[in-house]
Amino acid sequence: MMMSLHIDPAKCTGCLQCELACSYDNEGVFNPSKSRIKVFNFHDEGRFVPYTCTQCAEAWCLQACPVDAISVDLKTGAKVVSDSLCVGCKVCTIACPFGTVNYNASTGKVLKCDLCGGDPECAKACPTQAITYVDANWTGLERMRTWAAKTDSGPRATH
Amino acid sequence: MRYVIVGAGPAGVVAAETLRGRDAGGEIALIGDEPGEPYARMAIPYVLTGKIGESGARLRKTKDHYRALGIRTVPGRAARLDRGKKELALADGTKLTFDSLLIATGAHAIKPPVPGLDLPGVHHCWTMADARAIAKRASKGAEVVLVGAGFIGCIILESLVERGVKLSVVESESRMLPKMMDEAGGEMIARWCAAKGVKVLTATRLKGVAQGKGERLAVTLDPGGTVPADLVVIATGVKANTDFLAGSNLKLEDGVRVDDRLCADGNSIYAAGDCAQGPDFSGGFMVHAIQPTAAEHGRIAAVNMTGGDARYKGSLIMNVLDTAGLISASFGHWERGEEARALDAKAFRYVKLAFDGDRLAGALTIGLTDHVGAIRGLIQTRAALGGWKAKLMRDPTRVAEAFVASSCAPRAQARGTS
Repeated sequence: MMMSLHIDPAKCTGCLQCELACSYDNEGVFNPSKSRIKVFNFHDEGRFVPYTCTQCAEAWCLQACPVDAISVDLKTGAKVVSDSLCVGCKVCTIACPFGTVNYNASTGKVLKCDLCGGDPECAKACPTQAITYVDANWTGLERMRTWAAKTDSGPRATH
Repeated sequence: MRYVIVGAGPAGVVAAETLRGRDAGGEIALIGDEPGEPYARMAIPYVLTGKIGESGARLRKTKDHYRALGIRTVPGRAARLDRGKKELALADGTKLTFDSLLIATGAHAIKPPVPGLDLPGVHHCWTMADARAIAKRASKGAEVVLVGAGFIGCIILESLVERGVKLSVVESESRMLPKMMDEAGGEMIARWCAAKGVKVLTATRLKGVAQGKGERLAVTLDPGGTVPADLVVIATGVKANTDFLAGSNLKLEDGVRVDDRLCADGNSIYAAGDCAQGPDFSGGFMVHAIQPTAAEHGRIAAVNMTGGDARYKGSLIMNVLDTAGLISASFGHWERGEEARALDAKAFRYVKLAFDGDRLAGALTIGLTDHVGAIRGLIQTRAALGGWKAKLMRDPTRVAEAFVASSCAPRAQARGTS
């Protein structure tokens, strides 16, 4: 069963536990700026939106990488950056139309969600179940894919 | 089916893989004119800094990648196309016949018309061979003159700074990055580079290079007179490799003119990547010599070469650059329309957004690395900004928020009211 992150912004209280868990597990520091999930705070609407990679089928980042440093984890479907292959050219950071690949100047590599290998720390840390890791068929994935399709600059080659 | 792909850069390689994915039995020949496995020119700066070895620049890392896919790699350079016979002749006399041809020959670096550019120690930084030649001379403390502060010049600048050379950058236009940045952005990047010890000489022309003492060169600039150098790097532009198509009657402008199927002759000849003048997302037909466009072109051309009907909606010009630690990016048409700017000179931060009505049409950023791709998302989805337009006019740095709000709002609202 393919699993994916399900994000329900209506349940998010803006506690940022997800950002802390993500940065600690992946980068060894409690530092939201190094988190691969980001909680957007819309002050004027009193609304929080946790935001991260949807592991989209188009895989803009993977397609744009000049040195084959991004690959699909066959177990989780996540698009994963290989730190040993990434040269830090940042092309994926502008190619991803969701803006979910960021450059980390302290390592000279890019950061993106890799679903923690199938056990995402953000979902475990979320106290209100705004972030859950569930059967992909149950998520808003289709809606996000519709969004992705709008940005498609051409039909994807199906293998 | 016999497919011939001429050019083994990103467009050619992505096309070859896509062809194989769609036609298990077709014959695929991938022609490349540089020795070794296909590599990414984009990775050359990182070879120069030693961050990766030459093998780290390879487009594909798995062993026997091409052979495993049944893609025949053919060393050679295209010399002439005979459309009637559907035959491509290589410079060594080899002839390949095809049912479908992809022209993905890329571009070559060009030189300004001044004397002395054939001297030892004057190099482009375009091929792996160029990189090796530069590495030999660009040792710590060497005096280096880099001619051209456009996108490619600035990418090389980063590597030369890291190698510890004494660097002067010469640009004939009045600012660095005259095409990728506006005046405020170019000035900010120049100021940053100067603070990193780079001598930035804008509005300065290269008049010529002569042999100096020993192995050294004498570089004449206007203004500036003659200065000594151990190495001169020429990064004054590139031109599409289409000379072999002279007499083919294909439409050649800045590159091979193709339609929205990436087809050049309405039939069996396609073009992709830096040599292709294809649909521009903003209208018209342009050469967009960037990695994402090359990959998209290669994929779409291959779909159509195998009987599909994929239409390209057009490429969005965009670039991202690291000049000695200062990161900048540009997207789409930032040079026209209503604009919003936020500039912090001390912090080296700059965001400029350009609008077409209530849609984002282009942007420039300096010092912004988080969620920068959302700018592409906003431009390419032509998302109506609604109330966010006014917010962005007041504070353009909130551009990623605007994207998240426009992509997540309907769902959140629906949930909120249910």
